[in-house]
Amino acid sequence: MRKNHFGKLLAGFILTSLIVTGCGSEGAAGDSENKSGKKAEKTVAIVTDVGGVDDKSFNQSAWEGLQEWGEEHGYEKGTNGYNYLHSKSDSEYITNLNTAAGNGFSTIFGIGHRIKDAVEEVADQKNNVDFVIIDAVIDGKDNVTSVTFRDNEAAFLAGIAAAKTTKTQKVGFVGGQNGEVIDRFEAGFRQGVAAVDEKIEVDVQYVGTFGDPAKAKSQAAAMFNGGADIIFHAAGNSGNGVFSEARDIKKNDPDRELWVIGVDRDQSAEGEVDGMNITLTSTLKGVGKAVIEISNMSLEDKFPGGEKIIFGLAEEGVDLTDGQLSDETKAAVEEFKQQIIDGKITVMEKPSELK
Amino acid sequence: MSMKEKTKNIVLPLVSVFLGLLLGGIVMVAFKYDPIQGYLALIKGSLGNTFYIGETLRHATPLILVALGFSVARSAGFFNIGVAGQVIFGWLFSIIVALQFAGLPKLFLVPLSLVAGIAAGAIWAGIAGVLRAYFGTSEVIVTIMLNYSALYLSNYAIRQILTEGDDATPKIAKNASLRWQTLTEATNYSTIHMGLVIAILMCVVIMILMQKTTIGFELRAVGLNPFASEYAGMSAKKNIILAMVISGGLAGLGGAMEGLGNFQNIFIMSSVPSTGFDGMAVALLAGGQPLGILFSGLLFGALKVGSVSMPMASGVPTEVVDIVIASIIFFVGAGYLLRYIMERLEKHKAVSATIVLSETARKEGE
Repeated sequence: MRKNHFGKLLAGFILTSLIVTGCGSEGAAGDSENKSGKKAEKTVAIVTDVGGVDDKSFNQSAWEGLQEWGEEHGYEKGTNGYNYLHSKSDSEYITNLNTAAGNGFSTIFGIGHRIKDAVEEVADQKNNVDFVIIDAVIDGKDNVTSVTFRDNEAAFLAGIAAAKTTKTQKVGFVGGQNGEVIDRFEAGFRQGVAAVDEKIEVDVQYVGTFGDPAKAKSQAAAMFNGGADIIFHAAGNSGNGVFSEARDIKKNDPDRELWVIGVDRDQSAEGEVDGMNITLTSTLKGVGKAVIEISNMSLEDKFPGGEKIIFGLAEEGVDLTDGQLSDETKAAVEEFKQQIIDGKITVMEKPSELK
Repeated sequence: MSMKEKTKNIVLPLVSVFLGLLLGGIVMVAFKYDPIQGYLALIKGSLGNTFYIGETLRHATPLILVALGFSVARSAGFFNIGVAGQVIFGWLFSIIVALQFAGLPKLFLVPLSLVAGIAAGAIWAGIAGVLRAYFGTSEVIVTIMLNYSALYLSNYAIRQILTEGDDATPKIAKNASLRWQTLTEATNYSTIHMGLVIAILMCVVIMILMQKTTIGFELRAVGLNPFASEYAGMSAKKNIILAMVISGGLAGLGGAMEGLGNFQNIFIMSSVPSTGFDGMAVALLAGGQPLGILFSGLLFGALKVGSVSMPMASGVPTEVVDIVIASIIFFVGAGYLLRYIMERLEKHKAVSATIVLSETARKEGE
């Protein structure tokens, strides 16, 4: 009986594989057409983390940068020009990096520090391909460039803006997930606030993930109820919950003064409510700029392999938007910005380093 | 069991998969993408070269083990929805042991880490088993809650105990890894590891355990009718706990595969790993048969790995790929519905004969 069972199962699978291979041969002709287009000299791919290219923040900015680069050089989206690979879970990083290398891309960006281990592993095996890791550092590999941003400097300026604007002497910070990168935001923001007035209280909360807007919304509600009138979020997609709570309050009580400070991209669009805008300002992170610059270097055969590139205020890699800032605040922000660029102020990278 | 019934057990999953592929194809046509190109990319991206074959086998490994775990509990009449949490615990503890005893020779360290993973999963599922056996609490609710507890405990342990505020543990030493250099190189540096052998072995072990031993007989008997088995002198309490412990142990072993084989460390997760729920789908598709689980696990592995390459190779965007994969899983999960429809059709032919048949079918399904 049991043997029979197995035999039928086997027969079934052979049948399916026959059907499947049948389909395969039909499609083969179309496939070869795909590959006959003109190939760019240097092709570039980005491998996103789980956020995907429409996360309104980090990954999106990388993809926008790559698209801009592609258009500038007249390349098309696809394996002959530039493309992105979306990782839906952590286990897909290695597959995606290998798929990109297997499709002949000459420069591959890993977006986000969670891809670091995978890039490190794949870079060893594919040593004819150039890799770039964003937001993390990989040492001692000739075909890997590490790009980090001084997010703490932009967050410092956000702290200045918040401290100059607050009326309640209380501001909030909502972080996504504890870690090296968000540490920079928290440290910079708190240092910036304290630089204006040490008495201003900063309420620091972490969502625990970048993907839970509902939880961030309730945390923002608690902060606003607790007397804070400005919240700076560094929480990726979770941060949309902070915006949504602020919009809800503003809608019910248009006279109440409250603000949100956006992150990574200009998030003015998230702050629109009844003709007003509650996005005070946004810190900018030039992931797109980094993608463009390094892709250009690679095009000129000057890929900075093995180097660590740091984008700060001085390199115009991070910045703060004007947003709804008052002229006085803008002037203060400019002043501090110059001091940082001149090296007169050092912005801390870890909250534990603050006084 | 009749021959007809056996045929149905094999035909049903195949029909499910076929219908899923068909619907997926229709979805691609509806969005103006070429389904043949799409599926061709899926096949190439899962079996097209040694690297992808390696990845497919690696992806299938934990799924097979989790599915085995789920099906053991299922035969004893329990719905262990907590396999995902047990995966996390197995993963976590296998890594802890591998890091703590990094100096041991490979011959001891690998089995020790695996046993740690099995034990952690077994204990975690055992909690639900004990509560069910002594207090009659629903194992579904308890294991769902234990999923979250496992997730947050694991995240806490990684950040506060295993590292100093970092979001991933260091990598385990080479002598704790399940990877085998020869195999890795043969598959062009895929993440395949020796866990596959363990998974296949466990399929055989569970098949023998459930079909040929007294333990298996008792577990199945409790699943079919707990009162009758109690009357026949079997301890329902013992068997409830045993079923959950075996189930959790297998899921924990699946987690250890992710730790010692695939990732070589454990990191902060924002949700429970999809291995848990995918593993349940694998078990459902196979109707709980260990041999079937081996094949449906491989199928799921191929689908998951192949789908990653679809956007790049065929231009079908990730979102549409998700719909295609989901529709296949939907029909897989809807196997019960198909079975029901098939039975209704038969009833039209022979009403009296089918009553007996559907009764057996129901039990078979369990």
